[in-house]
Amino acid sequence: MGSILRFRKLCFLEPVKSSSRDEKTNSEEKKISESPKIDDQKTCQSATTLLLEEKAKQKKQKKSPREWRCIDSCCWTIGYLCTTWWLLLFLYQCLPANLPGLRAPEPPGARLRREGLTPLHPVILVPGIVTGGLELWEGRPCSDGLFRRRLWGGSFTEIFKRPMCWLEHLSLDNETGLDPPGIRVRAVPGLVAADYFAPGYFVWAILIENLARIGYEGKNMYMAAYDWRLSFQNTETRDQSLSRLKSKIELMYVTNGYKKVVVVPHSMGVIYFLHFMKWVESPPPMGGGGGPDWCSKHIKAIMNIGPAFLGVPKTVGNILSAESKDVAFIRAMAPGLLDSEILGLQTLEHVMRVSRTWDSIISLLPKGGETIWGNLDWSPEEDHVCASTKKKHLKGNNTDSRRVFQELESTNYGRIVSFGKKASELHSSELSTLNSQVSLSNGNSRVPNASCGKVWTEYDEVSWERISKIVENKAYTVETLLDLIRLIAPKMMKRAEAHFSHGIADNLDDPKYDHYKYWSNPLETKLPNAPDMEIYCHYGVGIPTERSYVYKLSPSGRCRSNIPLQIDSSAGGSQNGCLKGGVYFVDGDETVPVLSAGFMCAKGWRGKNRFNPSGIHTYVREYKHKAPANLLEGRGLESGGHVDILGNVALIEDVLRVAAGASGVEIGGDRIYSDIMKMSEKINIRV
Amino acid sequence: MTALRRRKGKKPQNSEPQSEENKEKKSNDTEECSNSENLNLNPSCSSSSSSSSRRRRTWSCVDSCCWFIGCICSLWWFLLFLYNAMPASFPQYVTEAITGPLPDPPGVKLAKEGLQAKHPVVFVPGIVTGGLELWEGHSCAEGLFRKRLWGGTFGELYKRPLCWVEHMSLDNETGLDPPGIKIRPVSGLVAADYFAPGYFVWAVLIANLARIGYEDKNMYMAAYDWRISFQNTEVRDQTLSRIKSNIELMVATSGGKKVVVVPHSMGVLYFLHFMKWVEAPAPMGGGGGPNWCAEHIKAVMNIGGPFLGVPKAVSGLFSAEAKDIAIARAVAPGVLDMDVFGFFQTLQHVMRMTRSWDSTMSMIPKGGDTIWGGLDWSPEEGHACSSKKKNIVQTSGHNKTGDLANSVRIKYGRLLSFGKDVTDLHSSEIEMVDFRGAIKGNNLANTTCRDVWTEYHDMGIGGVKAVADYKVYTANSVLDLLHFVAPKMMKRGGEHFSYGIADDLDDKKYDHYKYWSNPLETKLPNAPEMEIFSMYGVGIPTERAYVYKLSSAAECYIPFQIDTSAEGGEEGPCLKGGVYSVDGDETVPVLSAGYMCAKGWRGKTRFNPSGIRTFIKEYRHAPPATLLEGRGTQSGAHVDIMGNFALIEDIIRVAAGATGEEIGGDQVYSDILKWSDRIKLKL
Repeated sequence: MGSILRFRKLCFLEPVKSSSRDEKTNSEEKKISESPKIDDQKTCQSATTLLLEEKAKQKKQKKSPREWRCIDSCCWTIGYLCTTWWLLLFLYQCLPANLPGLRAPEPPGARLRREGLTPLHPVILVPGIVTGGLELWEGRPCSDGLFRRRLWGGSFTEIFKRPMCWLEHLSLDNETGLDPPGIRVRAVPGLVAADYFAPGYFVWAILIENLARIGYEGKNMYMAAYDWRLSFQNTETRDQSLSRLKSKIELMYVTNGYKKVVVVPHSMGVIYFLHFMKWVESPPPMGGGGGPDWCSKHIKAIMNIGPAFLGVPKTVGNILSAESKDVAFIRAMAPGLLDSEILGLQTLEHVMRVSRTWDSIISLLPKGGETIWGNLDWSPEEDHVCASTKKKHLKGNNTDSRRVFQELESTNYGRIVSFGKKASELHSSELSTLNSQVSLSNGNSRVPNASCGKVWTEYDEVSWERISKIVENKAYTVETLLDLIRLIAPKMMKRAEAHFSHGIADNLDDPKYDHYKYWSNPLETKLPNAPDMEIYCHYGVGIPTERSYVYKLSPSGRCRSNIPLQIDSSAGGSQNGCLKGGVYFVDGDETVPVLSAGFMCAKGWRGKNRFNPSGIHTYVREYKHKAPANLLEGRGLESGGHVDILGNVALIEDVLRVAAGASGVEIGGDRIYSDIMKMSEKINIRV
Repeated sequence: MTALRRRKGKKPQNSEPQSEENKEKKSNDTEECSNSENLNLNPSCSSSSSSSSRRRRTWSCVDSCCWFIGCICSLWWFLLFLYNAMPASFPQYVTEAITGPLPDPPGVKLAKEGLQAKHPVVFVPGIVTGGLELWEGHSCAEGLFRKRLWGGTFGELYKRPLCWVEHMSLDNETGLDPPGIKIRPVSGLVAADYFAPGYFVWAVLIANLARIGYEDKNMYMAAYDWRISFQNTEVRDQTLSRIKSNIELMVATSGGKKVVVVPHSMGVLYFLHFMKWVEAPAPMGGGGGPNWCAEHIKAVMNIGGPFLGVPKAVSGLFSAEAKDIAIARAVAPGVLDMDVFGFFQTLQHVMRMTRSWDSTMSMIPKGGDTIWGGLDWSPEEGHACSSKKKNIVQTSGHNKTGDLANSVRIKYGRLLSFGKDVTDLHSSEIEMVDFRGAIKGNNLANTTCRDVWTEYHDMGIGGVKAVADYKVYTANSVLDLLHFVAPKMMKRGGEHFSYGIADDLDDKKYDHYKYWSNPLETKLPNAPEMEIFSMYGVGIPTERAYVYKLSSAAECYIPFQIDTSAEGGEEGPCLKGGVYSVDGDETVPVLSAGYMCAKGWRGKTRFNPSGIRTFIKEYRHAPPATLLEGRGTQSGAHVDIMGNFALIEDIIRVAAGATGEEIGGDQVYSDILKWSDRIKLKL
């Protein structure tokens, strides 16, 4: 028995010393040990019975190898692994930073510094949804010991330790959209709020580092952290975040020698800052009372990154069924996983419950209705071809042939949600003509299902007849979709629609547009009167981005599928490859479609028009996505992904140049790879 | 093998005799086998003995190491797992089980009373406690971008000490960043909530304020770079403007409620400077107008404020040591000269670094002999150090030694004296050779001392001797001494700080910022509604005067050091290890912390023209009863007082709207009022 163990040890220990001898000794050993191996025990044990006074000694001899086998060899292995690990770690630490093979490319900040760039304009960073950290200031007893610890961002360890407690603290109040009583979760202030989302997963850190290389520091760089769960006006009501931002900008403007600030908002931060610009110029109490020239006096440029100006279709999936492409994909791969016990049977329901209390999500619903996002038979992106390799030669030569097959090829992106793959492809005349408005008005509320736990998702209050009618209606455009959501989640929409609006203004001078609910919608507000200001739209292109969904009813009315709808992940394979796993894709940065990110800069605000009365210059800067070449590059230096683009070298260079004083023309004006111009032309909107 | 078995420890009773047994075993084995041969068992026995002997050899070395490490690792992980799985309130249960129920933290208690957040709170951290992070550095500091160099774990101090010292030092000439290096204060509450992991500074106070409803929007940590002079924080970082803007914002967003400012240690002087700065006209000041303080500040609650300086600062600047270091040197003479910095010059490096920090000069004792005492007089004389005897000594201690009174009474006024014998002599008996005109001479050893810059290298033996010959220095002559030994540093500091007493406060020259942090050369703002609290611990011996000697060692050393052999013995328990101590909070003597509020500003005086009310709140030091209490809830020590429940309660009550009278007015344990009366200062 012991010989096996020893044999293994020999292999580990002396491979170098006696590799040649090894085999010899091994074979010898085998010869010696094999034969006695079995009767070894028997004999000795029988011997012990015979020779009582020798018993103790024998036992010692025999028992020790037996014990070695179990715990000890475990310990030995662990020790061995640990030692190796430490050794490697030590070697890694000792490694000179610039090993020839591993040398990182020079960061853009260092290069631009050599060119002589120095900080000129203070920089304001406005983080987007989800990326900002949230910390606990007051909580229920279950959150003991988490005071001023991050609940959101960081390592998320609390999810695993006490998931229900965590969910409870991150939820907001259903009625008010503010803190539930006894709980205070607040945004982490300062640059640390969103430099890293989780350890090692940068958000703003690379940009901050490069800004610092040309001389920026804490006094001329500010992270406008806010609680991204709240509606924008509520961040002011509860935390005075907007006042704080105003005061910070004014301070930086003064202390940096009356240099205007460059604002760099990302994702939802873009519409947050739109809201801010309207707020700051509006008279108190609703606004900040900065006067009509505040923006032109304090802001040099707004460099929107991955802007979600006109909303994000992903939100629809999130609100309807708490899922998006990734979740649907996971469900397809492992059907049981999401319903497993991580959060006590109802992962998605819990996610939905929590996220539905967050008003800010409603701000990301597609805006501009059918005019922008297309109707049942038309959409601005309809000619989009998804297989990106074909794109070039299709563009050039195949226009004739394509025109013939246009009926077949074009995707009805306008149908943002359709029930069944078929419904997404049929011509509108063939669709069932149920008027959504009518169908929505009737139906009894379903008996609240007491057995399903206390997860509040408002679906409990929707009757099955209603849901089946929803499904019968087959296809929804952006406008009817809003009605749909109002039906299935009336309370949420009532709460949120006091803060957000998703339409297009006919007459911008109507006094009703002075209300704050319109301030974050670029189609219902005018830009401030600041002719010297510049607005940039920086976004990635070349990644398939969710645009519309094929839905189905959840398989049953069982308790655990409390959410009656889900993405039909089996739907796939349209002619041009845009449909995958129940999701239609267009060009974009994986989250925001090109249309939403680029339209305002490409058309909505270009030149002097009613949305942009003072003729603020706009620039579209696209960054073609290039996946990282090797693992060493991490998340890529030329990525176009929604968050990863913050590490894109070209984008960083643009931001740095503008912060150092360059104008939009000097950094090269427009830079367009996608069809945004063509798409914008197709949109028939009065500007 | 034997060693291995022993470690296993499964059978401790067996492991002992094993080694002998093993020796015997070989002989026994053969016997056994011969025995067992009789029983037809021989093949097994022979093989087992041979294999076991071989096993002994192979297991002994690396494997047992691995096994050992493995055991420890597994145990560690297991404990870590247990620790993580442990409910957060577990330590509290244990504590309560041992020591009985703990009192509620003041925040909880006051929340139950119904107190709510009212006035925004501004914290002003002191020297050393604020974190500093790297924004730009030399190549040796690669990978430390936005990592803390000061505060936190100080990991870099051990990894690359010289690099660390280089980055922490400032420029000798300007007192600002050296070229290519940018160290900036950490901003936000994290700047000084914990100094190092587990070592709280402001965290306890913040947590308690949060209990009555405070949060980030109505609490603000006025973090500043504590290394540079106060005015330079504005010049370089616009820190003062930032504080002004934040206070204005908090007042505006909280519906016009004035702020309660809580400065600690050097932050007290910093905030004094701020109050003058904010009302002074631009460009030197903040241009807030003469009523800014009255409009924005409800109360200033100074914690452990060194209003009149700290004697510790003198020894720090003079020889880079304090009581602790002197003791360390006495206990282990070699340690400080060891290789921590790769050379033999730890103290020199510390001195070079600290001498480049202007802020240390803000804490040189102010007010000269008038405040700190002359050669034969000091306000604290008669202080008895062993606190038990205090009462007896005060009443009847001296009657039998009428003629010896002078020798028993410690002459605290002599801040530095060379040799213990001089400290007791009457001034007429001391031969003082003036050093001021002395030629410094050239130090021949310059080149051998590497590049450590301490200005002592510019001094020759003659200069050193001249300093020692002057024998005794009071607060006034200490300044001259520092000017003599460190002219460049004092010249730099002299542009930012002043240590005198103003004769005529209306003199135009006092509009200069260098006077703003000296309470004896400025008027308080015109804010009759404001309240100033002086809160500090008492009952801990605090450094007050030093006995020095020339260092015996070679030229590269700092030529002076505290004479740790000077002991007061039975008659003078105040002298220990070359340091005379008085009552205080371990860093700031009572006199410095309390005088302004006890007398200098009390009522309407020329320093306080608008009659701002002042309150003294003393907290008697009580060391933590058990280890479980950590640093104690009744501590009076300079930093630990931030966890003192009584102090926290006072702050919370004032923040929730109470006035000084409502929280009980003065609370005095020390002799501060008596001592203040002895100081002859025109008010």
